[in-house]
Amino acid sequence: MSSPQAEPRVTLVTGSTRGIGHAIARTLARAGHPVVLHGRTEGPVAAAAAALAAETGAKIAAVHGDVADLAAVAAMMREVHRLHRRLDGLVVNAGIHDAGPLGMMSGPAVARLFQVNAVGATHTLQEAVRLLRRGVAPSVVLVSSVMGTKGSPGQAVYGATKAAVAGLTRAAAKELGPAGIRVNAVAPGFVRTAMLASLDDAAARERVRATPLGRLAEPEDVASVVSFLLSDSARFVTGQVIGVDGGVVL
Amino acid sequence: MDDLDRLRAVFRSTLDLAPDAPDADVDGLEYRAIPQWDSLAHMSLVAAIEDEFDIMIDTDDVLDLSSFAKAVTLLDKHGVVTAG
Repeated sequence: MSSPQAEPRVTLVTGSTRGIGHAIARTLARAGHPVVLHGRTEGPVAAAAAALAAETGAKIAAVHGDVADLAAVAAMMREVHRLHRRLDGLVVNAGIHDAGPLGMMSGPAVARLFQVNAVGATHTLQEAVRLLRRGVAPSVVLVSSVMGTKGSPGQAVYGATKAAVAGLTRAAAKELGPAGIRVNAVAPGFVRTAMLASLDDAAARERVRATPLGRLAEPEDVASVVSFLLSDSARFVTGQVIGVDGGVVL
Repeated sequence: MDDLDRLRAVFRSTLDLAPDAPDADVDGLEYRAIPQWDSLAHMSLVAAIEDEFDIMIDTDDVLDLSSFAKAVTLLDKHGVVTAG
């Protein structure tokens, strides 16, 4: 998917009104691929889709719904089916972040993190499988996190949800490989997005100090790796969780 | 070919049945009652039904699709006319 010459590939990117998801959608659209944006509510994703279509000239559609709600996800996939009949690419990115020490996370906060990040990812992949089976060289990329592999104080619950995403990735790769569907994940480190905006300057400097490449990631750093994994260049890569973290796990 | 025959053709093809398998045999098929209709074939069968009739089947209905008769009911639900 890295060049405008590539065959147009229909890709759904969940959680793509802003941040990493939007950067992924923009990267694909700029390469001329039809993209289906997704957001939890209709207004923001419709606006984002209109803006991206105007910016890139690509065919951009929008679907909306809470990924934690199976019926909503099923409805989203029916809309993709109506629009395109298939998916060549799926990016399971929709997620939320919350942090707090163990013993200080409320039950609803824990449940919501799992519902969106882990259950939502599962709903999305499961409901998309039959669209992917109709795709050309279909490829799935899920967005995990360095917190799912390395962990950090205050991030236990969030990290557990992202570890679930990594597990889902590996099992799905084994199961769907025989059907020609590749499944990989990226595990971003500290990315400059709204999710990270809650950090104060000192905390942000600490993150940078912990990163050998000496800066926070930009959403586009993640988007370029996702684009690679979706593309034919990664045709023999499946079941991998690729760190996009500037070496912070070292 | 009417819709019921189209559905039978999908079952014959996907489950690797003899092309001349009697209609009554196909109509009586149930999930896991024959070796060919296992969980992997089930997903292929669902995809083939979706492709043939240009529909998208919900996951709950995929799980409930345990016989040829259930497939007929499912097609009715999607507005495909299989009776008469």
